[in-house]
Amino acid sequence: MGFLSSVKPVCIVLISFAVLALLSFGANAEDSPKPTTTKPPAKPTEHGPIYTAPPQPLPEPEKSYLPLFTLNYPRVQIPFEITLWVLLASFAKIGFHVYHKITIWVPETCLLISIGLIVGAIMHSVHEQPPAVLTSSVFFLYMLPPIVLDSAYFMPTQPFFENVGTVLWFSIVGTLWNSIGVGICLYGVCQIPALGVQDINLQENLLFASIISAVDPVAVLAVFEDVNINEQLYIVAFGESLFNDAVTVVLYNLFNHVAELPVVDAADVFLGVLRFFLVGLGGMLFGLVFGFVAAFTTRFTRKVREIEPLFIFMYSYLAYLLAELLSISSIMAIVTCALTMKYYVEENVSQRSCTTIRHVIKMLGTVSETLIFFFLGVVTITTDHEWNWGYILFTILFAQIWRGLGIVVLTQIINPFRTIPFNFKDQFGLSYGGLRGAITFALAYTLPNTIIRKKLFITATIAIIIFTVFIQGISIRPIIELMNVRKTNWKLGTINVEIHTRLMEHITAGVEDLCGQWSHHSLKDKFMRFNNRFIRKILIRDNRPESSIVALYKKLELQNAMEVLDTISGDISAAPSLISMHEEKASNKSSFKPKRTFLASDLTAMHEILSKNMYKIRERTMSYTNKHTLPNDSRAREILVRRHTSIRRSLRARSFQGSESARSQKYFSLPLGQSLDTGYATESIRLNADGDPALELHNRSVRPKPRPRSKQPRFSTTRARLDPLQELHSTVNMEDEVRAEESSHRPSRQSSSSSNSRSRAPLQRHSSLGTPSVGEDDPEGDEQQLESPPPAWTPEPPDRGSGGPRNPLLRRAQWKPQDK
Amino acid sequence: MGSTSSTLSKIPNADELIQETGFTSAHLARLFERFEALDKDKKGYLSPQDFEAIKELALNPICDRIIGAFFSSGQEMLDFSSFVRILAHFRPIDNNRTKEPNSPDPINSRINKLKFAFQLYDQDKDGKISRNELLQVLRAMLEKQVTEEQLESIADRTIQEADLDRDDAISFEEFRKSLEKVNIDHKMSIRFLR
Repeated sequence: MGFLSSVKPVCIVLISFAVLALLSFGANAEDSPKPTTTKPPAKPTEHGPIYTAPPQPLPEPEKSYLPLFTLNYPRVQIPFEITLWVLLASFAKIGFHVYHKITIWVPETCLLISIGLIVGAIMHSVHEQPPAVLTSSVFFLYMLPPIVLDSAYFMPTQPFFENVGTVLWFSIVGTLWNSIGVGICLYGVCQIPALGVQDINLQENLLFASIISAVDPVAVLAVFEDVNINEQLYIVAFGESLFNDAVTVVLYNLFNHVAELPVVDAADVFLGVLRFFLVGLGGMLFGLVFGFVAAFTTRFTRKVREIEPLFIFMYSYLAYLLAELLSISSIMAIVTCALTMKYYVEENVSQRSCTTIRHVIKMLGTVSETLIFFFLGVVTITTDHEWNWGYILFTILFAQIWRGLGIVVLTQIINPFRTIPFNFKDQFGLSYGGLRGAITFALAYTLPNTIIRKKLFITATIAIIIFTVFIQGISIRPIIELMNVRKTNWKLGTINVEIHTRLMEHITAGVEDLCGQWSHHSLKDKFMRFNNRFIRKILIRDNRPESSIVALYKKLELQNAMEVLDTISGDISAAPSLISMHEEKASNKSSFKPKRTFLASDLTAMHEILSKNMYKIRERTMSYTNKHTLPNDSRAREILVRRHTSIRRSLRARSFQGSESARSQKYFSLPLGQSLDTGYATESIRLNADGDPALELHNRSVRPKPRPRSKQPRFSTTRARLDPLQELHSTVNMEDEVRAEESSHRPSRQSSSSSNSRSRAPLQRHSSLGTPSVGEDDPEGDEQQLESPPPAWTPEPPDRGSGGPRNPLLRRAQWKPQDK
Repeated sequence: MGSTSSTLSKIPNADELIQETGFTSAHLARLFERFEALDKDKKGYLSPQDFEAIKELALNPICDRIIGAFFSSGQEMLDFSSFVRILAHFRPIDNNRTKEPNSPDPINSRINKLKFAFQLYDQDKDGKISRNELLQVLRAMLEKQVTEEQLESIADRTIQEADLDRDDAISFEEFRKSLEKVNIDHKMSIRFLR
């Protein structure tokens, strides 16, 4: 019931927009008449005798009044129609999420095409033509770049580079295999007289085959997400879809050119191959150059924050256009540009610009892709098709066979080189999940008109797209689940086994990371060293040697801070991480419970909880599985949040060991919220009740330096109590005193976080949030914050004003027994 | 990358290590390179901070425990031989090894792998996994949204299933028994790259 009632308004809106769209086209048809009374009379012609002023030769116009309402449609026609179409497609997207289960079972592309079909049906019934916007130039110059930029920008770079060989292997060789295989088979089929397609020659078949071999496996990733799938598969599918596009476009242009030649000889083939490589590598080179230039430019954009995102877009687009100009692979150019740029630019620009860039890229990409599929649906109904059963069925058949075969063969060849070989399930997923996407449609639609059977090709392309998207897209989830269920023994052992095995998997994953098993680390290390020494100095604004964990940590802290602020509706204490941790700890009393008997239902519930909620191994690419949403690394954040104190401790200790403590000060400067420190110190004491008290002091003042440019309030206070708290009545008094002293010190600051009673902690801690960060360099303030704690506290805060080794910002653990 | 022999010469008592751990010299050389790469300050030993600087490891939910397993008994310095000895636990089991009656189990035997996993639970080293220790591990491995009650009932059930002598804790024997059907080799082995 509820579902229906919520769908209705959406449907109404959709229909109304469709009607509006129709109206716009209708209005288009009749743009001539309108008020001529307002127009000046026709100009006198040059040839005939010159008439002087208007009145004479022309009949006296009737007296007409100033029209109050005029309709000047042609003036706004193009932008108006574009806007309407985009809005319509976007409304469709909203509509999908009305009933959220739909998107689980049906890929979004299916839904888009369906809506397009509906609109197309409406238009067809009123005999309208869809706007002729999908021309070659419009597609290649305006619609394709955002899609590619979107895919490239959100590509997880690290796993990608670790698997770059596999990705390139599958995309380049795989696409070639597919196109040539399908093309030749189809040519063979064309020889059969019964089908009546004998006039399609080899070149055209190859051209067509290259179009339909551009697969878009990303749609499948969303399915795999719920099933325990090989992480490698993600990255290969992701990368393949990206490079696939590039390869297809290159092949398309190649075959296009070749198709127009009357005769093909060996020299042409050789030149073709050469051109292929030239085009690919040239594109990459272009991309690299532009990426570096963009990174360099952002180094100087501190004063013009508002237009920072613009540089990213302009440079990538420029790379694309220049590559198009020179007829080298523009997709490779834009991809390489995005990949290169991303790393450096995200360090140079402000946090807000970074967010803006991501959002805009995602938005443009999504809109573009949505529009293309939408048009697909519309065009399906409104064009006149040339249907040829034989050709089309054979096309679908061969495409499937060759893809499957290709994946199997290629996997066999490359498995020995991989640390994790692909098993059968992976291969099946890759091959069956090869849905055709936007590129295929657009390329077919923009085939040159010199090809005789263009209509047939378009029809066949649409057929195969619809087949793969609907049938394969919808059925892949059940099939994978079936395969998976059959494989795992659902007679699951005991809870014990589940927990212990997951623990062991985590251990193994951890040790593997420790050994650096994934990357060819020496190469990567060399590159990183080169990077740190030269490239970063040139391209990055304030260059500091960043260790990756510090960078990650900074980023996450900042994001978390902003998120908490976002959820404010007045009640800051609704901070999720804090409260839940708080509750957890609160009930951690060792109570003696009598032995419980567990029902079977309890057991299944437990199994379910475990399987849903246990962290999976190496989740880093999970966040990228859904193409249509921004990446989200909340799990990583959770884990880091939990490990907060130990990370800080380690970062802190590192700074002592490092010989470059002078430099390390840059990333260990103290936070602006002083009160945090005391919160920390108490923390650490509790943590290591048995451990080494000396260690504790370190925590106090470490915090990775927040990005200086951001003016976000320091959020670190919530971190302070994240780790297991224990009863700390003893520390209660201390904190009071410390707080009192602190506040006397810095009256302007609210040093509330050192509240002691746990119940007050969450609220008070947050009040310090309200303090806006005072600006970039306010490290000095921190020094004066801490007073020595009262005697009960063993560790002692550092002296005020005594600099740490070489640098005033680092606190040194000092063991003075007391106090004041 | 350096040739194996030149790297091997830098490793003290390389032969002993090879004997003891079962790594090949190529493996050992590669591990040494990794050791040196991790030891950014060139101290000659590793400290917990070096481990925590590995980003992927930091994102592991039980990172602290793993690091603790390397730095057992509170020490802060891990030299190469200890590093390798611990990593040897993760070598795949060699099935065709002849069993000599009196020699101790190789480091990577099933029992030793299980012991390694056990020690990650048992932080206070009393030979038993208490309910509390189990709870801590569960908490680390499960997402935030699992409530404390659910956690506790899971822990209770775990102990109930495994605890045969009714002491409300899981000893190593009980741990081993509960995992007897599981292919430990598969779960706790790494294919070390050459």
